[in-house]
Amino acid sequence: MNTAVAHDYSGAPLGAPVYELTKVSKTYARNRVIALEDVSLTLRKGSFTSIIGSSGCGKSTLLKIMAGLIPPTRGRVILQHQPVTGPRRDIGMMFQQATLFPWKTAVENIVLPIEIRDGKAAARKAMDKAHELLDIVGLKGFENVYPNELSGGMAQRASICRMLITEPAVLLLDEPFSALDELSRDMMNMELQRICREQDATAFLVTHSIQEAVILSDDIIVMKPRPGRIAEIVTVDLPRPRTLDMMTTPKFGEIVDHIRGMLDKGEDM
Amino acid sequence: MTEYQTNQPSDAETVQDTVWVQEVAFIDSVPRWIAMTFVFVTFIGTWQFVTSFGFVSPIILPTPMETLKDVLFVGQNLLTAGYMLEPLWITMKEVFYGFALAILIGFSFGVLVGETAFGEKAVMPYLVAIDTMPKVAFAPLFVAWLGFGIESKVALAAFIATFPIVVGTAAGLHAADENARMLFKTMGASRMQTLIKMKLPTGLPQIFTGIKIGAVGVMAGAITGEFLGGGKGFGELIRVAASQLNTPRVFSLILYLSLIGLALYVIVQWTQRKVVFWQQETVGSHNA
Ligand SMILES: Nc1ncnc2c1ncn2[C@@H]1O[C@H](COP(=O)(O)OP(=O)(O)OP(=O)(O)O)[C@@H](O)[C@H]1O
Ligand SMILES: [Mg+2]
Repeated sequence: MNTAVAHDYSGAPLGAPVYELTKVSKTYARNRVIALEDVSLTLRKGSFTSIIGSSGCGKSTLLKIMAGLIPPTRGRVILQHQPVTGPRRDIGMMFQQATLFPWKTAVENIVLPIEIRDGKAAARKAMDKAHELLDIVGLKGFENVYPNELSGGMAQRASICRMLITEPAVLLLDEPFSALDELSRDMMNMELQRICREQDATAFLVTHSIQEAVILSDDIIVMKPRPGRIAEIVTVDLPRPRTLDMMTTPKFGEIVDHIRGMLDKGEDM
Repeated sequence: MTEYQTNQPSDAETVQDTVWVQEVAFIDSVPRWIAMTFVFVTFIGTWQFVTSFGFVSPIILPTPMETLKDVLFVGQNLLTAGYMLEPLWITMKEVFYGFALAILIGFSFGVLVGETAFGEKAVMPYLVAIDTMPKVAFAPLFVAWLGFGIESKVALAAFIATFPIVVGTAAGLHAADENARMLFKTMGASRMQTLIKMKLPTGLPQIFTGIKIGAVGVMAGAITGEFLGGGKGFGELIRVAASQLNTPRVFSLILYLSLIGLALYVIVQWTQRKVVFWQQETVGSHNA
């Protein structure tokens, strides 16, 4: 069973499909590795989906295909009714490393996507918005600081702002907080949830942490390796908004155990 | 409630500090200025010793005092616009033009080689081949092509200094990591934007390293050019002094030349600090 449709979480109205992937496969020509095989999924407007699976099962590959960074070998990727054939304005992406540029201040880094798309004048106009965003993620007062003077967590926050400044319809996140310690990570996750709800953004998160996936997601895609394919889509019916103390509820524990079981099975395959 | 034993000291108690015994070898513990003075004095002392006891003839090696006297003489000549100022000015011009040319050409080729597949596949092999040649051997050719004037020296100086700048620029353009490249791709940046807004700034430290190596080579190129191709520069003064067995003069001329080289290096270093301001801090934090 490879076709799966992301379900909406309880209580909320079912959003329109934003992303539609049909039978997406990827074989890397260089080493003939089959990274993905027949992955089909649908992301609905305003939903939060996580993808989890062992290392090398094709999560980053899937994300890059969705972002239009690399082409799929086979299959179809539709975003907002248009096929993805390259990087797009309506996609915001965030990587494991913050990747702020050291020759630009925090705000300058944040308006960089605008500068590249619409030029310097537009970037200057976007400064106010960049300040607002920095305020939202708790970096008020660090606007004109260079990245060398920011901690890892602060840099990650700034890179969230950079992703958000173009108001993308979907956020693709490749282990964005895995470089952070657990405490700041939990805080950043709650922040992320709040931002996604505020902007009604559709989010797709790659993670290695089952807890993180469960606390944030409406749906969790569990992947099997070699070749990478979808093993199961788990729906998390915890109420929204999520809070950190939900992590101690039996329901949360159940879902975590279930996913851990799936992943352990995956190891033997 | 579980009771935990803690070692919180009471207010009255004084805490015995844990003292680290750090053993530093004597040679590492000498203050910098003493060490430098020591090396200097030893050097001059040895020099004085071998010359004053007649181990070497004064024609081969003058005494420190003689040399110092000549250094002062040359300095006075330069300051009072004597006959040595014009040669110095000529050599400085050669160095300046050669350096400017090397930066221009080196940077352009560096971008070609570092940014385009064509450059990397078709141009780089030839550059490497030329780079392995002893470039000084081209001096007679430059003289034949460009004459005995300043042009042939500028050409040789630029020729020598260009290669490290090409290599530095090309390496610098490859320095950007995968994440930065992908980020620019997701932002829909054009190739030119990626080059100017990301790859070049990322590569600036390497580019400057190349320029600094070039700054050393440009000096050598200009002087070698003057030795082999005549002209009226400082190299010619050295050649004449050497042919007259005026060794102190050779020494002091070399000293003044090295000051020019040093000045050039310091200027580049200073420019790098200003331009690549963010690099400073990483270096600083490493030292801390
Ligand atoms: N550029 C590439 N060229 C060739 N093979 C690649 C390339 N990128 C990834 N692969 C291969 O594709 C498979 C999936 O890689 P991918 O990076 O998508 O895994 P992942 O699930 O993100 O792993 P991780 O959790 O470690 O980040 C791996 O076997 C990897 O070797
Ligand atoms: Mg990955």
